[in-house]
Amino acid sequence: MSWGYTINRARDIDMDSNDMTTSKLILEKIPSLQGCIACGACVATCSTGALTKYSLRKVHTLVRRGEYSGLLEELNKCMLCGKCQLVCPRGINTRAVISLIKRELGDHR
Amino acid sequence: MNKEVLIIGGGITGMQCAISLTEIGIKATIVEKSDKLGGKLNDWYKLFPTFTSASEVINPIKDRVKALGIDVQLNSEVIKLTPTTITLSDHTIINADAIVICSGFDIFDAKRKEEYGYKIYNNVITSVDLERMFCEGKVENLDNDTPKRIAILHCVGSRDEKVCQTHCSRVCCVAGVKQAIELKELYPKSEIFNFYMDIRMFGSGYEELYKEAQIKHNIHFVRGRISEAAQTIDNKIQIKAEDTLIGRPLKMSVDLLVLMVGMSAGKSNKDFANIDGVNQNNNGFIAPKDLFIDSVSSDIDSIFYAGCVTSPKSVGESITEGIAAANKVAKFLKS
Repeated sequence: MSWGYTINRARDIDMDSNDMTTSKLILEKIPSLQGCIACGACVATCSTGALTKYSLRKVHTLVRRGEYSGLLEELNKCMLCGKCQLVCPRGINTRAVISLIKRELGDHR
Repeated sequence: MNKEVLIIGGGITGMQCAISLTEIGIKATIVEKSDKLGGKLNDWYKLFPTFTSASEVINPIKDRVKALGIDVQLNSEVIKLTPTTITLSDHTIINADAIVICSGFDIFDAKRKEEYGYKIYNNVITSVDLERMFCEGKVENLDNDTPKRIAILHCVGSRDEKVCQTHCSRVCCVAGVKQAIELKELYPKSEIFNFYMDIRMFGSGYEELYKEAQIKHNIHFVRGRISEAAQTIDNKIQIKAEDTLIGRPLKMSVDLLVLMVGMSAGKSNKDFANIDGVNQNNNGFIAPKDLFIDSVSSDIDSIFYAGCVTSPKSVGESITEGIAAANKVAKFLKS
């Protein structure tokens, strides 16, 4: 029976308890990802982002903080058109990044 | 030319200005309040963005001052100014045909931002402390030799109306990146997080250094200002911030918190601004006659400025202003 009451979970990103193993592995495989300056050009040009809340910038930042939950579902919205790669001022191979994160997060489903 | 110029402050700017004046045949005297020349650069370890030793910059300038036989008066603090005289703290009055104020800046007192616990917790230090520790070859207070995490907080005493520091100190961004790289080289296994509001890489080679810090040295940049620091039971520092790129609060414990302290206007600026024609901005720095075409002049013909007395500047910019002021002084004395 539901009484309509819930408990809010803490919204903190707790960097002491988050498991950074996958995050580190992703950065080791594609070091250029660390050069992201969060300009958001990838999101501005994104066809998926035009219709959904999908944001590669945000997904990337969450990976960097060890917050993986729900990210695989987000990345599955990407159609790999590659427009983000064309606009990235830091020259990040964004399609490789997306494929890599999806591969590494496979177990986190 | 039988004219005398007094230079207030014996840091790099004052020394360079005295050198430039002497080289064109004008007699310059440096009046320095401390017991040695060199100013704050004496305490810096390496300079951004090239990691040049501070001594490699300051020693040739000091040597040149000596070689030219420039008159230097140490332990002499200026308490009063008129267009043609200065008064020292021992009430000696010195006459001059022109005065160049090169009194620089004060380092922001991090204790004023109590929420970061400087001088309360051992493992909270300032960027100035860190430079000294680099010079001494050892970072103090770390309980073990391999810190797991180090946080560097930008904009302490800059862009903060709560402590009346409305200005941007400019150089701390790149200095924070430089110190992050130095710490990473000292402790390759530790993770370093720079907490910033904006990253302002205005100089030649600075943006490249920032990218190198990210990609080559794996330094993490988190956009958000730390709101508070507290000591944990195991002597770490717990910090809280918002990761504004995600939009959620973030917390972590670190072995060391470095506060990038900004540049405050020199306390002596108030004394200088006691006469008409020498004016302070709201942030306490001295306002030059014109920001573009008279950036080293005051509204008084015989008083000039150079270096951080007018606004925060890098080492290179300060030296350049010393030269610029000498040029303006020479033109004034010849007229």
